[in-house]
Amino acid sequence: MLLIRAKLDVGVVLLSTHRLLWRDQKNHECCICIPLSQVIFFEEQAAGIGKSAKIVIYLHPVPENKEPGPYQQSKYSFIKLSFKEHGQIEFYRRLTEEMTQKRWENTPVSQPIPTGVGPKAARTRAVGIVGIERKLEEKRKETDKNISEAFEDLSKLMEKAKEMVEVSKSIANKIKDKQGDITEDETIRFKSYLLSMGIANPVTRETHGSGTQYHIQLARQLGDILQAPLEERGGMMALTEVYCLVNRARGMELLSPEDLVNACKMFESLKLPLRLRVFDSGVMVVQLQSHSEEEMIASALDNVSDKGSLTAEEFAKLLGLSVLLSKERLLLAEKVGHLCRDDSVEGLRFYPNLF
Amino acid sequence: MHRRGVGAGAIAKKKLAEVKYKERGTVLAEDQIAQMSKQLETFKTNLEEFASKHKQEIRKNSQFRVQFQEMCATIGVDPLASGKGFWSEMLGVGDFYYELGVQIIEVCLALKHRNGGLITLDELHHHVLKGRGKFAQDVSQDDLVRAIKKLKAMGNGFGMIPVGGSYLVQSVPAELNMDHTVVLQLAEDHLLKEGLAWLDSQAAGEPQYWLPALFSELLSRDITPEEASQMTP
Repeated sequence: MLLIRAKLDVGVVLLSTHRLLWRDQKNHECCICIPLSQVIFFEEQAAGIGKSAKIVIYLHPVPENKEPGPYQQSKYSFIKLSFKEHGQIEFYRRLTEEMTQKRWENTPVSQPIPTGVGPKAARTRAVGIVGIERKLEEKRKETDKNISEAFEDLSKLMEKAKEMVEVSKSIANKIKDKQGDITEDETIRFKSYLLSMGIANPVTRETHGSGTQYHIQLARQLGDILQAPLEERGGMMALTEVYCLVNRARGMELLSPEDLVNACKMFESLKLPLRLRVFDSGVMVVQLQSHSEEEMIASALDNVSDKGSLTAEEFAKLLGLSVLLSKERLLLAEKVGHLCRDDSVEGLRFYPNLF
Repeated sequence: MHRRGVGAGAIAKKKLAEVKYKERGTVLAEDQIAQMSKQLETFKTNLEEFASKHKQEIRKNSQFRVQFQEMCATIGVDPLASGKGFWSEMLGVGDFYYELGVQIIEVCLALKHRNGGLITLDELHHHVLKGRGKFAQDVSQDDLVRAIKKLKAMGNGFGMIPVGGSYLVQSVPAELNMDHTVVLQLAEDHLLKEGLAWLDSQAAGEPQYWLPALFSELLSRDITPEEASQMTP
């Protein structure tokens, strides 16, 4: 099938409550539109290798009073929008919304579009529409079948998963009520089962911590990987930075945020030279243990005294730290009374505490 | 680690407990754990089968992803809790969302100096799509929201504020109060201090507050190379 697209190649598609518009990216004067009332049906076509995702829009036959456009007539009863750079999902969603709401029907149309004037037009219409309707029906059946099969399979799977959740709740209750004699081995196994299923660990967290064998291994790996990056960054990194660093390095089989947090919580008990720390503001960081608090506070005081006063941004530039972490250091120094703040709409500035 | 008691006294005690529980018809926890191990193996097989048929569907169909997530939530399962979970390993949903998390963090870092750490979901979506490139899989706003919800586990940094039907995504720990007088609330001194709002005292009439996060001019600006260098830690 030859798609006529030479003239209408790269552009932006826009959706209003009444029309679908397409504007050429280079030549903004070139702008074409289709009233939404002309749309019978539309569907998605998934992307494939070498193919971008598409939305196919089936249209009513051309009305008599059609305004001049790029094509006066076409043997095709549909147009295809090819999404070369994404946006297809959102566009499909919004198009569905507009087609459901049909807001153009509320505003009277200035030029009513006649439907089937004269025998010739009527016959063309019948053929076109019947063909489309048949295709619609087939498509609907097939889609329904696919969706319903996937959905059915999913529902069955969820039923089984639900049973697992029930069993684990029952076990957790029994552990709480001490019905039975659970060894530590069994507790560890139970926790790993919960991890595999993605079931939250209710009871055992308080008594045994939520770390599993996996997290212990992970903590040790992190202890190795993070040593150098931490030293480069003054001994401290925000947990979000760590997350990006580690996952970018991995490429696949990525860590979830919770995996990272649970592993970091194990640093202390595994006697690794790193610590997970939560500041008052709620910011979480990984810190080198050798990196003592007194050192940080002393350095903050030194730098501030040296310059007379500093904002978090200025301190960050000085030390090559992120603004977030430099602010936490200044706050720490303030907490112990070495610095005091000048809080105005111009920003937060710290001074040595002379009180 | 202690071994279950092996002395005669311990055996007798255990027998007594077993009898007591069997009378009541309840199964001992350790027996259930052994049973669960078998059920888990069966479930894993079922999941593998499901994955072989429908993995592509989940990958390509964002609606199906939404349904999948909602069903998991209903039964009390979090498929994104761990990269080591079955769901993540076999359906590949984990890597999809965790990578998205990385991209979200990077975009927010790169644009923080422009908007103070507050960005509309639309703009975030726009930049993430651009960063992913032409051949990567499309992501919906629902996908972004779910990825951000997971990021919250790593501290107060990330949050979402509902505003007019969509969200503002916050990537710095600032406290923001929202009620129906959103704009007035936003314009508190606190925001000015944090650089999230600018005060225009030269505006005609009363002083006006500007929110860089909502500047549509800035919306269309791509991430510059300098900003991009801020992205990688």
